[in-house]
Amino acid sequence: MALQLNESLQKVVDGLSEKFTDSLLDVYQSSGDTFVRVAAEANVKICRYLKNDHRFIYLSDVFGTDRFTSEDRFEVVYNLVSLRDQQRLFVKVWLPEENPEIESVTSIWESANWFERQTYDMFGVRFTNHPDMRRIYMPEDFEYFPLRKEFPLLGIPGSIELPSSTPDTE
Amino acid sequence: MGLESALGDGYMTTKIDSLVNWARSNAAWPMPMGLACCAIEMMAFAGPKYDASRFGSEVMRFSPRQSDVMIVAGWVNYKMSHAIRRIWDQMPDPKWCIAMGACASTGGMHRCYGVVQGCDNFLPVDAYVSGCPPRPDALLHALMKIQDKIRTEHSVMLDT
Repeated sequence: MALQLNESLQKVVDGLSEKFTDSLLDVYQSSGDTFVRVAAEANVKICRYLKNDHRFIYLSDVFGTDRFTSEDRFEVVYNLVSLRDQQRLFVKVWLPEENPEIESVTSIWESANWFERQTYDMFGVRFTNHPDMRRIYMPEDFEYFPLRKEFPLLGIPGSIELPSSTPDTE
Repeated sequence: MGLESALGDGYMTTKIDSLVNWARSNAAWPMPMGLACCAIEMMAFAGPKYDASRFGSEVMRFSPRQSDVMIVAGWVNYKMSHAIRRIWDQMPDPKWCIAMGACASTGGMHRCYGVVQGCDNFLPVDAYVSGCPPRPDALLHALMKIQDKIRTEHSVMLDT
C-alpha cells in the first residue's frame, strides 16, 4: 500500500531514508498512524536526529510487545510527538528473545526513565546506560516478567510474598 | 429485676458485658483503608445523606491507634498488602474488619498476578460486602452486622 504521508511526515521519512539508509528497516501506516522500524544499534542516533532536526521533543510513551515469534521476539515502541508540527510518529525496534538489550534514550528525553523501567519490569528488556534500571511496579525480588506471553494470568503461586498473618506479639 | 424499688431512682442494673458491648458497638470508629473506587462510596457512607454517625461510626480515624473497624475499600495488590497488614497490626484490640466490595472480598474483576485474590488471605475479615462498588446502604448493613457481632461477644475476661 502506498504511504499517504503529509508534508512534515514526508520530510521525516525522507530525512531518515537519506541519513540512515541501512538502519531504516520498514515504514508503514496503520489506523492513521505512521510507524518506522529501525535497527536496534542505530536507535539512539535516530531518536536524537528526530528530536533535533524534526522537533519531536515530546516522548509520549515507551512500551514493549511480546510478538511471540521465534526470531526477534520482543519489540520496543517509542511514541514520539512533534508539538510544532502536530505529528505523531512511532519508532519500533525488534530485539531477540535471548538477552534483549537496547541503549536507553534517557539522554535524549528524561521522561524515558520510568517508561523504560516499566518496559523492563513487564518484558525483561534491559536498557543500557539507564540511570536507574530497577523494576518499577513489581517487588524488586520478583523473578518473572509478567507481560511475557508464557507468564500465567494469575501469576506463579507463592512468587510474591503475602504479609505474615501471625505477627510477633509481645 | 425487682431491685429497682430497693435502689430507688437513678439506678440501673445490667451485666458488665452488656454495658461494655453497648458502648463498643455504638462507637466503632472506622479506619478507612480506601484503595479504589469503593472509597468514594465509603465517603458517602460517612457523609450526611447516609450518615454513619447514626451508628456511632462517623469518626474516620486516620491513625490506626484510634480505630476499631478497618474498612478495606478497593482492590489490594501484593505491595499494598504489607502496608495494610502493618496498619492492622497497629490497631488496638478488639478490632474488626469489613471487606468492602467484590475486589476486597475476592479480587473481583482483577483476576491477575498483581492483585491479592481477597484480602482475607492476610486479614481476619468479619463482614464481606458484595457489589462493585456496593451502595453506602450495603456498607451500613455490614456495619450493623459488625454491631450485632460485637453485642454477642464476651467483652470481659478474667485475667488469669
